[in-house]
Amino acid sequence: MLKDITLGQFFPGKTVIHRLDPRTKLVLLVVYIVALFLARSFVSYGLMLAFLVAVTFMGRIPFKSMTRGLKPMLIFILFTAALNLFYTQGGTLLLDWWIFHIYSEGLKMAFFMVLRIMMLICGTFLLTYTTSPIALTDALEHLLSPLKKLHVPVHELAMMMSIALRFIPTLIEETDKIMSAQKARGADFETGSLIRRAKALIPILVPLFVSAFRRADELATAMECRCYHGGEGRTRLKVLRYAPIDLAAFLAGFLLLAGVIVLRHFGL
Amino acid sequence: MDPTPIIEIKNLTHIYSAGTPFEHVAIENINLSFRSGELIGVIGHTGSGKSTMIQHLNGLLKPTSGQVLYRGENIWKDKRFTHSIRGRVGLVFQYPEYQLFEETCWKDIAFGPKNQGVSGDELEARVRRAAGFVGIGEDLLQKSPFDLSGGQKRRVAIAGVIAMEPDVLILDEPTAGLDAAGREAILENIRAYQQAQNATVIMVSHSMEEVAKLCSRLIVMNQGSVAMDGTPAEVFTHVDELMGMGLSVPQVTIVFHLLRARGLALPADVYTVPYALARLTERKEGHTC
Repeated sequence: MLKDITLGQFFPGKTVIHRLDPRTKLVLLVVYIVALFLARSFVSYGLMLAFLVAVTFMGRIPFKSMTRGLKPMLIFILFTAALNLFYTQGGTLLLDWWIFHIYSEGLKMAFFMVLRIMMLICGTFLLTYTTSPIALTDALEHLLSPLKKLHVPVHELAMMMSIALRFIPTLIEETDKIMSAQKARGADFETGSLIRRAKALIPILVPLFVSAFRRADELATAMECRCYHGGEGRTRLKVLRYAPIDLAAFLAGFLLLAGVIVLRHFGL
Repeated sequence: MDPTPIIEIKNLTHIYSAGTPFEHVAIENINLSFRSGELIGVIGHTGSGKSTMIQHLNGLLKPTSGQVLYRGENIWKDKRFTHSIRGRVGLVFQYPEYQLFEETCWKDIAFGPKNQGVSGDELEARVRRAAGFVGIGEDLLQKSPFDLSGGQKRRVAIAGVIAMEPDVLILDEPTAGLDAAGREAILENIRAYQQAQNATVIMVSHSMEEVAKLCSRLIVMNQGSVAMDGTPAEVFTHVDELMGMGLSVPQVTIVFHLLRARGLALPADVYTVPYALARLTERKEGHTC
């Protein structure tokens, strides 16, 4: 049950999208998001959608996993749609009933908003589906490395992130185990009032925290034993290098952005 | 010994993640029955389905197909019954000390019986009795469980299950990671509880010597099904099969097995050192053969 959580799940693969440098993908995601917020017509949204679908195809990501990722955001999406639908004025009045007024502009706005949020989520999923968490933190460390000059501990932050990501499955497994053990002692997590249920979590959370701290201690000792001393002078097993496909991807990404800006200029 | 089975497993099959690409058959078509007062050892290779099997006995896992009966009643017949089973069939997980969470040992041991609705003097009595079985003294009961040594923590955790006074006590590798003295102490506690309550005890273990010494019946599991079921003497005559399953056999059994292979007329049911010594002395004095 707990294992079903999709927290930026990674689908290993060997497609063009998988092989792109993680830095390229990260930068392109930012470009894509900027373009998404600049788009404001059917033509430009169509262009963006075509790009998204093309990348999904190239990465061989099943459409089902994309829609599954959208599900937890459904309430948020519906709420945004409702707000835009009822609070945007302009255009012709389509519906006038009691306190509800729906204008054609509102309908258009709501539609675009929903599309924008869904495409935003899908784009982000595309990144996490095709990039391993480790590669992603590597890329982040590289892209943020200029900040080292300002004494921002970039390497340490990236290391903390990869350790946290690495331990998510471990902790989920641990939680499952502790829950079973407390259930075996007659603990009940499913019935009772909200307060009772919150209290029922104590027998899970305390052992979980204790074991998380124990693991952290052990990991720190193990790292120390292998002479880890932070980022200074540390070399990598896998050095990130840009390849020709990265250049192609950058071209495609910036062409998309340029296209959307030009369309916007013409009022499309 | 009461001849009616206290727990019966009928055609039990469990498939993890059924219907997904990760589908995995953990146990297949198992039939077993346990009687009151039996001391049973379950042995098997990692992944042989032992842990999956025992989690069915107190309703933590729901069978994919088949039934688990407690005193003749299906434990899944209604929700309340399933919940009450957890108190009658006590399950001690592997490394149970990692489940301790209360401020004092007393409170932690009381957690199980409290969930059963026990309170007041009865609760006090239960906690003391359980602590007594595992040799946790008065002074330790008021301490934080996190201040104890590994072996003491384990015993407090076991007491937490014993305090529910289950008819069936199941322990998953209760001695894993303990030193020799700690192991002995725990095994002694388990035996004491079994004798005092006439409870059924099912112990999963990797150590053949341990189960050989303690248990009156052994169940060997291999690849999700029951490979052997019988007294230690019966099971340990199949040395080659056991080794074929990747299981260890008591050292003295191996010695006797090799001696027999060299043509010495020795019994095949040897698995403890005193018994082996008796047989050898007999042979030397010419009573048998």
